[in-house]
Amino acid sequence: MYRIVSAIFLAENIKKFEIEAPRIAKKRKAGQFVIIRIEQNGERIPLTIADSDPEKGTITIIAQGAGKSTRELNRKEAGDSIADVVGPLGTPSHIEHFGTAVSIGGGVGTAIAYPTAAALKEAGNYVITINGARSKDLVILEEEMKAVSDEAYITTDDGSYGFHGFVTQKLQELIDSGKKIDFVLAIGPIPMMRAVAEVTRPYGIKTVVSLNPIMIDGTGMCGGCRVTVGNEIKFGCIDGPEFDAHQVDFKNLADRNRIYHHEEKEADEAFAHRCNLTGKA
Amino acid sequence: MDARKITAKERMAIPRQEMPAQDPQVRIGNFQEVHLGLTPELAQMEALRCIQCKDPVCIAGCPVNIKIDQFIKLIAEGDFMGAVRKVKEDNVLPSICGRVCPQEDQCEKVCVIGKKHEPVAIGNLERFVGDYERLSGQRIDPVLAPPTGKKVAVVGSGPAGLSCANDLAQFGHKVVIFEALHELGGVLMYGIPEFRLPKEIVREELDGLRRMGIEFRTDVVVGRTITVDELMEEEGFDAVFIGVGAGLPWFMGIPGENLVGVLAANEFLTRVNLMKAYDFMKSSDTPVFDCKGKSVAVFGGGNTAMDAVRTAKRLGAEHAYIVYRRSEAEMPAREEEIHHAQKEGIEFMLQTIPLEFVGDDKAWLTGVQCQKMALGEPDDSGRRRPVPVPGSEFLLPIDMAIISIGNGSNPLIKQTTPDIEVSKKETIVVDVNTMQTSKENVYAGGDIVTGGATVILAMGAGRTAAAAINEKLAGTAQNFSEW
Ligand SMILES: Cc1cc2nc3c(=O)[nH]c(=O)nc-3n(C[C@H](O)[C@H](O)[C@H](O)COP(=O)(O)OP(=O)(O)OC[C@H]3O[C@@H](n4cnc5c(N)ncnc54)[C@H](O)[C@@H]3O)c2cc1C
Ligand SMILES: Cc1cc2nc3c(=O)[nH]c(=O)nc-3n(C[C@H](O)[C@H](O)[C@H](O)COP(=O)(O)OP(=O)(O)OC[C@H]3O[C@@H](n4cnc5c(N)ncnc54)[C@H](O)[C@@H]3O)c2cc1C
Ligand code: SF4
Ligand code: FES
Repeated sequence: MYRIVSAIFLAENIKKFEIEAPRIAKKRKAGQFVIIRIEQNGERIPLTIADSDPEKGTITIIAQGAGKSTRELNRKEAGDSIADVVGPLGTPSHIEHFGTAVSIGGGVGTAIAYPTAAALKEAGNYVITINGARSKDLVILEEEMKAVSDEAYITTDDGSYGFHGFVTQKLQELIDSGKKIDFVLAIGPIPMMRAVAEVTRPYGIKTVVSLNPIMIDGTGMCGGCRVTVGNEIKFGCIDGPEFDAHQVDFKNLADRNRIYHHEEKEADEAFAHRCNLTGKA
Repeated sequence: MDARKITAKERMAIPRQEMPAQDPQVRIGNFQEVHLGLTPELAQMEALRCIQCKDPVCIAGCPVNIKIDQFIKLIAEGDFMGAVRKVKEDNVLPSICGRVCPQEDQCEKVCVIGKKHEPVAIGNLERFVGDYERLSGQRIDPVLAPPTGKKVAVVGSGPAGLSCANDLAQFGHKVVIFEALHELGGVLMYGIPEFRLPKEIVREELDGLRRMGIEFRTDVVVGRTITVDELMEEEGFDAVFIGVGAGLPWFMGIPGENLVGVLAANEFLTRVNLMKAYDFMKSSDTPVFDCKGKSVAVFGGGNTAMDAVRTAKRLGAEHAYIVYRRSEAEMPAREEEIHHAQKEGIEFMLQTIPLEFVGDDKAWLTGVQCQKMALGEPDDSGRRRPVPVPGSEFLLPIDMAIISIGNGSNPLIKQTTPDIEVSKKETIVVDVNTMQTSKENVYAGGDIVTGGATVILAMGAGRTAAAAINEKLAGTAQNFSEW
């Protein structure tokens, strides 16, 4: 069992946890993730390691309630334990001194982008962060992002905070302003990552996205996480999760991620129903 | 019948004893074991069929050289616990091997009785022996040598790792097993289905290992969570055994393979076995493709393919097909599983290859375009190769496709321990006599060395490695005492 040391909501439905996992805390690098199981018979779900404290032996994960398992996780409190935490999985982000690097996060993708943005800063890049949310109350990690950015922007779809519009519009604005951008990292919903790839493609800006295929083992055994990159099969958990945005077949990823939608919805609804009955949601 | 008085002729006249099994129509509706096991009476009768050869060729046919004639004799005499002891001298997991070994290619293939009649049912007898020990509650825990003070890390808890750990512990070494998944047992747990190998059996074997003082650490991916070097340098292990199995399932590289509904057998079986997806919404949170009333095709002819197709049938598939490019005789699966599959209504499309998967506008799979194969002219080697029959293309409507054409090797250890030499196929290179890798004090065995093979070969490799590790560690221990 892995003990939760702290648990706080960053926004509605998005919760940050510090969990005791000393080996992982010591080992993990930016861009890597863990797979957790909340309890026996639970699903294995991948979550990015947002931060770690090797001294305390803890890792930080930030989860958005997307379905049954993540919602169940978000009901856990400090002092509770979860059954399994395995990692760090995936190939770490490729970090180098690119020059000017833009880190783009959409929704909970901001949490996934954060460790890599921090590593880019550490490597001496001029870091610009653009983090998008639907509205002001869903903005997360604003202070943390500022601390690792030379320029930090927030966009909201409804204009309730920061730049009114999508992250891609802000990115286009930066490019149009004549700023030389050497590297872009984009993490968020699939349509957002695909849109960012299309913005940077004509300029030949090296762009990396972090993909979220469905995973089970995370060790390269099941093949569930396969994605199409440059017309080749790649395994998200071993070769990724980060890939060259200009090579990724986003449509295929979006299609394949829908395979269990019906079952997921059923499970989520049943879970919500149970919560209503017990009044604990 | 008295075992001592019976003549050879009388022995030969006894027919091979059928093992009772669940009726096919009943068993396709459940996940319980197909075979029910021999009764003591049936086992003794079967054991009487063995003529106790002077030169028991069956022993050489067994990859771990179980003293087959001797254990069978003990069964015939009714000394079942004696038989247990005899088998366990060479094989610590008889309940498992009796169920999953390809006996028709090993011991039973060479059994002399098989020349004229059906061979002695050595596998069924081995299974009987293993089950007798478990069910009688008289489990024989091995005697351990006094502690040596040496520590060995075993990476991976499949049959290779478990057998290596068992022997190392008997030699008196401290053993810690590191496993990537949350559950122990490797393919025995996540690959081979309950209806062929009840998980309870694997769990009991694991309990036995725990009683020997072997420690288990789940959720540790060696190469990621900790490296082989760190195990030795930071955690004080004197040697490491790598038994991480095969990995990275192969795909066929034909058009449409990325459609929704095309998946690797490992994913399908892992969802069902490890994550218990057949009980989705009840005890399990993991979904699996809803097979009820659907058409499912499995591509391949090995054990994994048979397990996948029979699992799909049990999940309610109306049509469950095996699509295989050669004929039944060439199928690598255990003969018994092929027969069971046939009785369960699995539809075999032999000498057939898939050309292309087709889907609807939502990218969901709807069918597979196939072509028939025939045996062509003998090539230079004299072997007749399958060649496509022109004009034999047809469309098979299916809702799910399961690819089961084998696995490559997992790259994790290689990536993080570059001084372990690997082959072109990325399997770990070892000295077959000791299972030692190119790295000092690091040994490897099982599928990571051979590529996808068998449980018994993995176990044999684990034991060879344990013996070599023991010798090596004893050598170093001696050096210390000479100091
Ligand atoms: C490498 C990686 C890193 C991730 N990091 C984070 C993170 O830091 N924070 C965060 O909130 N989310 C992250 N995710 C997504 C997260 O894993 C899914 O939201 C979660 O698994 C959904 O499970 P559920 O039962 O709550 O929802 P469900 O109702 O089961 O599914 C909701 C959606 O999540 C996706 N999904 C479902 N099961 C899985 C699975 N086993 N693996 C991957 N995706 C799945 C599907 O596309 C599905 O449509 C990451 C995913 C990957 C692959
Ligand atoms: C569906 C299926 C059916 C089969 N049926 C039969 C049969 O009937 N008869 C037969 O003889 N053989 C059968 N086989 C083959 C047989 O199961 C294998 O040859 C055998 O299990 C290999 O044993 P192993 O110990 O080398 O590896 P595995 O059983 O694969 O075990 C390896 C273990 O290592 C773990 N691991 C992997 N990477 C790491 C890491 N980096 N760190 C820590 N742990 C790690 C894995 O999670 C796994 O638990 C079947 C295989 C499959 C897939
Ligand atoms: S070859 Fe057959 S008959 Fe001879 S000892 Fe072995 S099992 Fe008995
Ligand atoms: S999650 Fe199973 S291979 Fe990647």
